[in-house]
Amino acid sequence: MNLDTPRGPVLYLSGVTVSFDGFRALDSLNLIVEPGELRCVIGPNGAGKTTLMDVITGKTRPDQGDVYFGEKNDLSRLSESQIARAGIGRKFQKPTVFRNHSVFENLELALATDKRVLPTLAAKLTPPQKQRIDEVLELIGLQQKAASLADLLSHGEKQWLEIGMLLVQDPRLLLLDEPVAGMSDEETARTGALLQSLSGKRTLVVVEHDMRFVASISEKITVLHEGRVLVEGTMETIRDDPRVVEVYLGR
Amino acid sequence: MIALLAALAVLDAATLETLARGESAEKTRAVSALVAAGEVRAAPVLRALLEGRLYAGETGPPVIEEGGALRDALTGAASAAAIEELEKVAINNRLRLLLQRGLGLLALKSAAPADRLQAARGLLEDGDPDNLPTVESALSRETDPAVREVLSIAQAVLALGHPDPVRRLAAIRQLESAPGASSKRQLQQRALVERDPAVLAALQRAAASVDGALRRAELVGLLFGGLSLGSILLLSALGLAITFGLMGVINMAHGELLMVGAYAAWAVQWAFRKGAPGAFGWYLLAAVPASFLAAALVGVLLEVTVVRKLYGRPLETLLATWGASLLLIQAVRSLFGAQNVEVSNPAWMSGGITVLPGLVLPWNRIAILLFAGAVLLLVHTLLTRTRLGLLVRAVTQDRQRAAGLGVPTPRIDLLAFALGSGIAGLGGLALSQIGNVGPELGQGFIVDSFMVVVLGGVGQLAGTVIAAAGLGLVNKLLEPTAGAVMAKIVVLVFVILFIQRRPQGFFAQRGRAVDET
Amino acid sequence: MNALTAPMPLSLPAASPKPPRLWPRRTWAALLCGYAALVVLVPILHLAVPAGSALHVSDYTLALAGKILCYATVALAMDLVWGYTGILSLGHGLFFALGGYAMGMYLMRAIGKDSVYGDPDLPDFMVFLDWKKVPWYWAGTGSFAQQAALSVLAPALLAFVFGFFAFRSRIRGVYFSIITQALTYAFMLLFFRNQTGFGGNNGFTDFKRILGFPLASPGTRVVLFALSATLLMGALVAARALVTSKLGRVLTAIRDAEDRLRFCGYDPIRFKLFVWTLSAALCGLAGALYVPQVGIINPGEMSPANSIEIAIWVAVGGRGTLLGPVIGAVLVNGAKSWLTAAFPELWLVLLGLSFIAVTRWLPGGLVGLWRRTARRAP
Repeated sequence: MNLDTPRGPVLYLSGVTVSFDGFRALDSLNLIVEPGELRCVIGPNGAGKTTLMDVITGKTRPDQGDVYFGEKNDLSRLSESQIARAGIGRKFQKPTVFRNHSVFENLELALATDKRVLPTLAAKLTPPQKQRIDEVLELIGLQQKAASLADLLSHGEKQWLEIGMLLVQDPRLLLLDEPVAGMSDEETARTGALLQSLSGKRTLVVVEHDMRFVASISEKITVLHEGRVLVEGTMETIRDDPRVVEVYLGR
Repeated sequence: MIALLAALAVLDAATLETLARGESAEKTRAVSALVAAGEVRAAPVLRALLEGRLYAGETGPPVIEEGGALRDALTGAASAAAIEELEKVAINNRLRLLLQRGLGLLALKSAAPADRLQAARGLLEDGDPDNLPTVESALSRETDPAVREVLSIAQAVLALGHPDPVRRLAAIRQLESAPGASSKRQLQQRALVERDPAVLAALQRAAASVDGALRRAELVGLLFGGLSLGSILLLSALGLAITFGLMGVINMAHGELLMVGAYAAWAVQWAFRKGAPGAFGWYLLAAVPASFLAAALVGVLLEVTVVRKLYGRPLETLLATWGASLLLIQAVRSLFGAQNVEVSNPAWMSGGITVLPGLVLPWNRIAILLFAGAVLLLVHTLLTRTRLGLLVRAVTQDRQRAAGLGVPTPRIDLLAFALGSGIAGLGGLALSQIGNVGPELGQGFIVDSFMVVVLGGVGQLAGTVIAAAGLGLVNKLLEPTAGAVMAKIVVLVFVILFIQRRPQGFFAQRGRAVDET
Repeated sequence: MNALTAPMPLSLPAASPKPPRLWPRRTWAALLCGYAALVVLVPILHLAVPAGSALHVSDYTLALAGKILCYATVALAMDLVWGYTGILSLGHGLFFALGGYAMGMYLMRAIGKDSVYGDPDLPDFMVFLDWKKVPWYWAGTGSFAQQAALSVLAPALLAFVFGFFAFRSRIRGVYFSIITQALTYAFMLLFFRNQTGFGGNNGFTDFKRILGFPLASPGTRVVLFALSATLLMGALVAARALVTSKLGRVLTAIRDAEDRLRFCGYDPIRFKLFVWTLSAALCGLAGALYVPQVGIINPGEMSPANSIEIAIWVAVGGRGTLLGPVIGAVLVNGAKSWLTAAFPELWLVLLGLSFIAVTRWLPGGLVGLWRRTARRAP
């Protein structure tokens, strides 16, 4: 894994532009995320939130601009799997787990280990690895369901399993696309607590629609609009900013 | 001297007497004189002499045997002579040759243009410079344009051997202005024996220019062949552009829908031949809706029983529709037999139009080219200008939102699938006009059709058109150097490589939807 | 690399679930019995039991059974890529035929002076084309070892190169299927040409001997049959080891959620390429054993229809079950050889219907059906 100096931002985007058929999904966007931050990204539909995630994880290549992870990793040059191995984990908007594998196997697949073909063929779980999986199972509250097929989990449980898969992957930066969508209030609260317990040690970027949830977990919020950063700051600054009100209510 | 004699020669009793009972040398002279005089009335006698049907007894007028009956050679009246008492007039080889040529020359004066045309062609083939005066005099009299054309080429070809270099140069210019495979050959042959340097240079220039013209004709022919193949590919792929390109349904029975359309055309043709032979030339008008409806009906059946049930499972759809294609093939075999059936073109579609010397474009290919254009226009109009098209595009772009807005998506799916199938039927109708119609007709088109759609870019009508025309052209342009099979292989490999470079085809739509396949 | 060290509530590690056994002991026993029957009983019934006896296995039956064993191996190879990894190949007939052609080249050279034209070096079709010597790519084809190796390497190399570009370009799903079909079609056209140098339309036939043993002799046939059974059994055991390994779980994960796997840090291209190439190589090996038993190989084996038929063997038996495709291949091909002789019109109808029926009503195939009823029964 490619870790560099703990000083300096974990994520650095500068002048990033992405267009689809003339439509600018991201329009010279600048974004800096410091280590240990729990950053929330909000914005109306089509503001470019998912495209931002896609650019960071290598799914979409920027037409222009720099995307750096730490100081050394130029994300616009790495493949998705290389980016994942460099230490960025991503949770999709729609919970995506391996539905024909057991919960345990899902975590086993995500586990930070040698992910080339032949080592995978010969892979055996070592006791520390097994313990790590058990820890995460505990953390996401799915010990009892370790053996059941992921497909049989409830929506919230799938969301947690996916977060668990990110954790065993041991990333420095976690990107979470709507982690509490479809969760009950209680589940949302537990997820919020989990994310807050992670911040500090890891860096988190959360895209979310649920304003209450955002307010409850985040120190710093970035508002995207039409592919650009509209405002950045605490919940209070954002709430009072007339441009945000305009964007959210003005239409 | 001969000319003087010739002017006097007519077919009379005395000449006939010489022909029937004279010495060989006398006969030869008489034939030459008759031919030189252009005595057309002598032609039947001369032909009878050549074919051994001229008889003469010890005495009495010579007679011609025709279909068992005997006629007086001079008057044509029935003769009472008995054939057993007569003798066949003998001719030697020299006379036979003379007669053959002479009859040809006389035919130039025949009243029927077809005879004159044949005679003119004979003279051109012959290439005997001695016939030049005959050709020239015939040309001065000739009124029929087709015969004039051949005669003037013959005149030029014969004049290539004229002793006067000025005449030769004029002939070269004439040949240059009417390029053809034979004029090229004549020019090259003359160049081998030509002594005059100026004429030789003119010959070489002319040969090169004729060669260039022939090459251009060949290229135009190839381009037309490519466009024609492209139009056929387009017709077979247009339906697929709707079902696969727009709706994302992979229908491996698409080729069999072409086949159904072709069989529908055959059935209509058969019905016209039995019921209304007088209107046979119009059967295609009835075949257009018949082919469309037959294929659309099969398409509806396919959609309801198979495609609809496997929505969102493309690989299963692929296999199930392949199964359906096997069923359709076997059904047609059981109904109409495993042999090919014969679909004949209406009369106006046979033959072709000469656009350049040596280049004839067949009417049926031209008709299909136009037909493909018309179908394309129809599809384009349907998709962009009608409510059905609007709904189809809405459903294909965002099914859930369309359903949410109250679009009856299952019915739109069915209609769109039926439309794509019907257009495949029209493709089958076109195919029936240029090739064999048999149960396996569709199998040969499935790979090509998918290549066209995939290459053109899914969901792009314009891309489909360009891909079809492009594949057709590349295929035909490669054929002369690589051979038909290798050309096809090269094209397939090209498509396979191209798709690796640009998986979304020519008209890539970059967007989030791209990764959802 | 600092692992998450948040204070954890102390608890006993939950018992990690054992991966469910793919084959229970009963299945292993049945497999071994079946294998023993094929390599011991069938040869005895063919060689030792007199031809008149009801128990005698005839030449025809032996060749048919050997052929079906080769097909079953192909079905197994297809299951690895389609059933487990979700890649529907319409090119497995091509890999099979390439293996067959590689072996066929050796068999053609082994005919020697017994050919119709009697040329000791040139195969008949080359004499017929008036070629004076074998083309360069026939160099060394007289060597059994070289051709046996080629029967694996040629399809594997083609699969590797094709797969490398296709997977790298993210060609997936039906697109991949269509492209593999086009590839197969192009190869069929190529092999149909006489000038390509593989016997054109007629392909290779009239083989006489292999490694000096006459192909017509019962002993040679029995050995080839037993080898086919062994290949299938070996492939089954190896495939089981593969799919129960972590790599097997990665393959299934590719099938179910390729994006997720990529964001887990795996490079799916490499895994796909690995199983795709392996599968092609297995097909080639099956083709190499098929040709001496059937006695002919021609471009018809590369027709797109043949490759699609392989998919239906797998679908009928049950995708992603290893044993299902083997059962499917045996059933479908058994039915085919019976029906095409007895009711030729019926065969195509039955085949077509089974494509539709299996995809619509029996997505798990026969094995899936059996598992469902077995689960319901107790």
